[in-house]
Amino acid sequence: MSASATGLRGWLTTTDHKRIGLLYFWTALGFFLAGGLEALIIRAQLAGPNRTVVSAEAFNQLFTMHGTTMVFLALMPLTAALFNYIVPLQIGARDVAFPRLNAFSYWVFLLGGLFMNASFLLGAAPDAGWFGYANLTSKQYSPGLSIDFWLLGLQILGIASLAAGFNFIVTILNLRAPGMKMMRLPAFTWMTLVTQFLVITAFPVITVALVFLMFDRFFGTSFYIPAGGGDPVLWQHLFWLFGHPEVYILILPAMGIVSEVLPTFARKPLFGYTVVVYSGVLIGFMGWGVWSHHMFSTGLGPVADSFFSAATMLIAIPTGVKIFNWLATLWGGQIRFTTALLFAVGFIAMFTIGGLSGVSHASAPADLQQTDTYYVVAHIHYVLFGGTIFGLFAGMYYWWPKMTGRRLDERLGKWHFWLTFLGMNLAFFPMHLIGLLGMPRRIYTYGPELGVSTLNLVSTVGAFTIGLATLVFLYNLWRTRRRGAPAGNDPWGGATLEWSVSSPPPPYNFSVIPTVQSRLPRWHTEHHGPMPDPPEVPPAPVPVPGGSWWPLITALGLPIMATGAIAHALAVVFLGAAVLVVGIYRWAYEPFEA
Amino acid sequence: MPRSWKTLLGLAPVAAGLIGCRAEQFPQSTLHPRSDFAWAIQDLFTGIFWWAVVVFVVVEGILLYAVFRYRARPGAPPPRPVHGHTLLEIAWTLAPALVLVLIAVPTIRTIFHTAGKAPPGALRVEVVGHQWWWEFRYPELGIVTANELHLPVGRPVALELTSADVIHSFWAPALGGKRDVILSRTNRIALTADSEGVYLGQCAEFCGASHANMRLRVVVQSDSGFAAWVAAQRAGPVAPAPGTLEERGRQAYARSACIACHTVQGVSAGRVGPDLTHLGSRQTIASGLFANTPENLARWIEDAPALKPGSLMPKMVLTPEDRDAIVAYLRSLR
Repeated sequence: MSASATGLRGWLTTTDHKRIGLLYFWTALGFFLAGGLEALIIRAQLAGPNRTVVSAEAFNQLFTMHGTTMVFLALMPLTAALFNYIVPLQIGARDVAFPRLNAFSYWVFLLGGLFMNASFLLGAAPDAGWFGYANLTSKQYSPGLSIDFWLLGLQILGIASLAAGFNFIVTILNLRAPGMKMMRLPAFTWMTLVTQFLVITAFPVITVALVFLMFDRFFGTSFYIPAGGGDPVLWQHLFWLFGHPEVYILILPAMGIVSEVLPTFARKPLFGYTVVVYSGVLIGFMGWGVWSHHMFSTGLGPVADSFFSAATMLIAIPTGVKIFNWLATLWGGQIRFTTALLFAVGFIAMFTIGGLSGVSHASAPADLQQTDTYYVVAHIHYVLFGGTIFGLFAGMYYWWPKMTGRRLDERLGKWHFWLTFLGMNLAFFPMHLIGLLGMPRRIYTYGPELGVSTLNLVSTVGAFTIGLATLVFLYNLWRTRRRGAPAGNDPWGGATLEWSVSSPPPPYNFSVIPTVQSRLPRWHTEHHGPMPDPPEVPPAPVPVPGGSWWPLITALGLPIMATGAIAHALAVVFLGAAVLVVGIYRWAYEPFEA
Repeated sequence: MPRSWKTLLGLAPVAAGLIGCRAEQFPQSTLHPRSDFAWAIQDLFTGIFWWAVVVFVVVEGILLYAVFRYRARPGAPPPRPVHGHTLLEIAWTLAPALVLVLIAVPTIRTIFHTAGKAPPGALRVEVVGHQWWWEFRYPELGIVTANELHLPVGRPVALELTSADVIHSFWAPALGGKRDVILSRTNRIALTADSEGVYLGQCAEFCGASHANMRLRVVVQSDSGFAAWVAAQRAGPVAPAPGTLEERGRQAYARSACIACHTVQGVSAGRVGPDLTHLGSRQTIASGLFANTPENLARWIEDAPALKPGSLMPKMVLTPEDRDAIVAYLRSLR
């Protein structure tokens, strides 16, 4: 089987990081649309007081799946799509370190996402929030299958993230082209590296927390159940010990994208590259010491509250430093207003607002009024929508030409940007006020007496504006397939290695592995002229590994095991385990085919 | 700073359209403090808010200036490739650090100030969260009630929060920040209400199907008003006169399944649902969902789960006569 296997088989067996990147992209886009649809139903229900668009039970499923889907099935995999496609190109590599493991990560992600969403078909979608607080998730208070779907689905997705995390760390550390020293890595690759270290350290924590929950629900243990000597607050510590690094897993890649897009379109090197990189690393480290700021109302005592308040405020410093460096990158530049640049600038503008409301959450007493209200909903959406999603859109408009060979339409792109910008501010800014005026989050209904009906209507209009903007984006993707302007190798005048090869690049990426002499290899700098592009035709044949069925087959073992667990059918669990073991065995002994 | 100024500053976050609005329009607002606890938070938040405004204006101002001033012009020379500037880096590390110190110091002071330690002699109230209603017990006064918390104005109060099932969060914004209500733990809130009035609140931690319907109200009363309420609550239930509809209702109640879950002193001793001994004196039923009217009470008794998803109270199978009699009886329990 060769890498050029075409059709369905080619996609099912591919180990090419670029194809896997595209698979991640389309799959995550699908889940993004599903999560967005869930959000629109939520906003339809909350457009006015005492509305009955959906039942209480359905609403609880919708907000649970909206959060879970957006975090685990849309945003993380969209960053993974860009890691996959771009990072090997940026470091001058032919693929990731473990191409089959890469395929395995994707298939596990897809199957885990489908498994969790299959719960809708049984009317048992998870309904205890994306944070799944114990002891509401115990068998006593959630007797159905919904929590089982949630915890098994998350376990499966965790395996995908961990496998990808190790893969990308090894790739970035070991497969750099000659001369690509660590401090010459493009900022996006640096942030990918930090993100993956967070992934491999944070996901084991949620894995342990979920195993405890699984034992409580399946085998009658009492990790989170006070009657048996357990403690529901233990779940909160474990969940947020994972959950806060997870926030940085979502935002650091977007910060990396912005650090690529701004220099390209301002025609200036990233200001304070070293500081931007180190502040990213520092954010990664500090992200581990702030988890209890999600728990100020839990009653941890004044000493713990003071520590976590101060630690959280500290993390604002490296974040602020990054923002100032981006501003300085724009300062004195020659800024071209492409859609990618607009989204990157929008990122700075919106993320700043999210950061500022974050400081008011960091102050524990202030947070006692704000936590679990719409003020937090506003905060997380300014950070994750205004931040992560704006960053991802910047990255898509920036790298789409590289990934497909065609540019996205700029006029539609600008419609997309301005509608998204308008929609997000209409949707999420009023939520600050809605929260301060006393509306808690996660309520399926509210009375007119709260005085927040008009603000909620505005918010709903904003949400549907975002929906409209997303349709423009989809139309742009569809239209560009045939009619997009050809990209050439380098439509933007980028400084990094991915622009030195054709769009899309050949399966082997680089006909000759480049030798890197500067942080901005394709730009003219003080000491170096621009690097010549590798020759179109390889001077010697480049061996490309063939595809493999085993990553997909091995991955299939996991949802089979989970289905067996849901159905309490031990034989099916063993069947899934057998598929997994046989898959790994055959994978390990698969011959390398050139 | 006089309180009226503070109110003005505190209102600032609510933007121009809401300035001048009165507290009554927003009965669950965090921006209209009515206790020392709530004021401490408001003062802290006001300071943070103005710092945020300053940073917002500076950052967004520089951003807007940069993108307009430095947009590409045809024929312009390529920009100077500046790689960084050490002094600038130090400056914009120290500046936010300084602002954060100015926020952290009052934050930590307020954390210790609002840690829930009540002075001796404070009125103790045990708050118990249930799916999906609130139980309020006054151990020193021998009062048990539900969903409506009565407090005297100007007297320190010590709330002791626990849960009967899952995690809830007690939150009445006018009186201060929320605290979680957790099975097997006791959290504390100390506060002194400073104005009479009725303030709305509700559960703030997702707790299952009817989380949205777990509402409460706090009635802050003058000393004499509170004393009168205490006296009425401590009295036993009203005994209806023989031959009245209410008396028929009492008998029907005593025969019904209601008694398995509800207490009416001297009549029934169920502990699963709210104590009904003085139900007639409450403003609302069903955990703050509906006004306490005969029609609402009848609808509630007939089919509680239809009005409150997941409600543990089942549909009651009663003859219309029994139902109306029970409604009349419960209404008489003032």
